Amino acid sequence: MRIWRWLVALSTLLFGRIAKRDSSDAERIVPKGTPSRRAENAVLILLGLAVLAAAGFIVVYAAYPHAQQPNELLGLSLGLCLAFIAAALTVVAKFLVVTEEIEDEYPADHPEEQEEIAKIVHESGTRITRKKLMIGAGAAAGGALGLAALTPALSLGPLWDTSPLDATPWRRGVALVDDKGHRIMASSIEPKTFYSAFAEGADAENIGSDLIVIRLDPAKLKLPAGRRNWTPGGILAFSKICTHAGCAIGLYRTPKFPNLEPKPAMVCPCHYSTFDPYTGGTVIYGPAGRPLPQLPLMIDPAGYLRAAGNFSARIGPGWWNVREKPTFGHE
Amino acid sequence: MTWGRLVTAGAILIGLWAAGLAEAQPQSGIVRPTTEPPGPSVELGAQLFAGNCASCHGIAGSGIPHPRPGAGDILGSGPSLRGVGARAADFYLRTGFMPLSSIHDEPSNDRVLFSEKEIRSLVAYVASLGHGPGIPHPNPAAGSLSEGMQLFTLHCAGCHQEDAEGGFATGARVPPLQSVTATQIAEAVRVGPYIMPSFSRQQISDAELNSITRFVLSLKSHDDNRGGWRIGNIGPIPEGLVTWWIAIPLLIIACMLVGRRFRGQ
Repeated sequence: MRIWRWLVALSTLLFGRIAKRDSSDAERIVPKGTPSRRAENAVLILLGLAVLAAAGFIVVYAAYPHAQQPNELLGLSLGLCLAFIAAALTVVAKFLVVTEEIEDEYPADHPEEQEEIAKIVHESGTRITRKKLMIGAGAAAGGALGLAALTPALSLGPLWDTSPLDATPWRRGVALVDDKGHRIMASSIEPKTFYSAFAEGADAENIGSDLIVIRLDPAKLKLPAGRRNWTPGGILAFSKICTHAGCAIGLYRTPKFPNLEPKPAMVCPCHYSTFDPYTGGTVIYGPAGRPLPQLPLMIDPAGYLRAAGNFSARIGPGWWNVREKPTFGHE
Repeated sequence: MTWGRLVTAGAILIGLWAAGLAEAQPQSGIVRPTTEPPGPSVELGAQLFAGNCASCHGIAGSGIPHPRPGAGDILGSGPSLRGVGARAADFYLRTGFMPLSSIHDEPSNDRVLFSEKEIRSLVAYVASLGHGPGIPHPNPAAGSLSEGMQLFTLHCAGCHQEDAEGGFATGARVPPLQSVTATQIAEAVRVGPYIMPSFSRQQISDAELNSITRFVLSLKSHDDNRGGWRIGNIGPIPEGLVTWWIAIPLLIIACMLVGRRFRGQ
C-alpha cells in the first residue's frame, strides 16, 4: 500500500495538473502556509553553491594529471556538493512544504480518498511562489552532481578502454627483482619466510608489479590443473594486491610447529582475507571474492627467477565483470 | 518477569565468564629442585627442563610431534629443541612466551615465570642440546633510523602495523612491540616465533637488523596520534566497531533530526 501512495504522490508531482480545479481556501485539506521568500532564497543559494562545488570537482579532476589527483580536493568538493544539496532539501522540508498527516492506513478501494491524497500532495507545494525557478535550480544541482560523479569515467578514454586496469608488466622472461632492484637467485628463496618482489624495470607505483614470493614443499602443493610447471623447486609467486579491496598482502602466516599452529596462509591486513598458497591462492577466510592471482615462474640458466607468463587472473580489487578465468594466454 | 529472567541469565553468564577467567589463569606450577645451586648452571637447566619443559618438548628436547599425556594432567606436544640454540630459548623464556599453560594457547607476553638464574641455566641447557645459534647482539646505535623505517614497512608492518602496535592475523594475535628489547627484536626476526616468518641474514643483514631495532625502539619515545583517538591503534576491528556503533547511530540521529516535523508552523 505504501508503494501506491508513493506512486500517486510521484505522478501528482510530475503531472501536477490533476488538481488544477482551483480550490478555495475553505476546501483545502492542508492549511495554506505563508510563502517564505527568505527560505526560497536560501534554497536557491544553497543549490547554486552545490552546482559550484560539483563544477569544482570537475575542474580539479581536469587540472591534475592522473597520478597526482589531489584526493583531499576531490573529496572536499564532492562532499560540499552533497552537503549543500542536503542543506537545501532540509530547508525545503522544514520551511517550504506544508505537511498534513493521515491517520489511517491508505484505503486502496476508495478512489475519492486517492484523490484526496493527490490533493494533499499538490497543496503541500503551494507555499512555493517561484516553482519553475526552484525546479530548475534543483535540476541544475542534481545534473551537476551527476556530471561530477561521471567525470572520472572519462579517464577510460573515448572508447571506454579498460585495458589499463588489466595491464601488468609481467610477461615471459621478465626478471624478478627485490626492493633494491637486484635480481633474485632462486636458491636464495628459503622456506618459512616471504619475499617482496617486483618486475624488473617496472614503475614502482604500478600495482601490477608487486609480488609475494614463498617456498613450499613441492610434494604438498595441490595447485589447479595446468599450473604444474609454474613453481620451480616449490617457489610460488602471487600478486601482492588483495582481490578484495586492493591492499598489499603483508602478512604471511608460517607456523613454527605446524602440528598445532595455524597452517601457512597469506593474509591481507585490511580485512583479513586469507589465501591458501598450497591450492593456488584460494580464499579460505574473509571478504575476498576470488583467488589471489598466481604468477608462473621459471629459473633462467644463471639461476635467477623469471616470470614464465602473466598472472593467472586479473590482479587488483574486484570490480564488475572480473572473472576468475585467465584473461591472458599462457605458454 | 522476562526482565527478571534476563537479569538472572546475565548474572549466570557473567559468573561463568569470571569462573572461566579464573580457570584460564596459567598455573604458575613451576617445578624447582629442592636445593638450587647458587649460580646458573647447565645442570640446573637440565633439572628445570625435566620438570617444566619435557612434557611437551620431550626427553632432552627430542620433541613430541603428536599430543600425548605428560606430567600431571598436561597434554604435551611440541617441537624438538635440538639445534635451536640459545637464541630461541632466550627469546621464548624472556618474553614469557614459554611455558604455555596449554598446548593450544598462542604464546603471548605473559609474566616471566623463571628467575634470571633459572633462565640462564635453561638457555645454557637448551644450547647444549645441539649446535645452534647463540644470542644475537644487535647495536641499534649503529643503525639508520630511516632505513629502519623502510625495512620495517617492507618486512614487518604488514602484521605489526607501521607504529608497531601489533594487531591480528587470522588465527593469531600479533604482539605490540612497545616494550621489547633490542635483543628480543633481533631474536624474533631470526627465530620467527609461532606463525611469524623467520628472516635469514640474506634477507635482512645484521646491519639492516640494527636499523630495524633502532626504528622499533624509537617508537616508544613518541605517541604520534594524528586522528585524535587511538582506538587501540590496532587497525580494522576497533575502527569497524566505531563505524557501526558510533558513526552510524550518529547518522541515524542526524536523519531523525532532519526529518522531524515542525508542528504548528
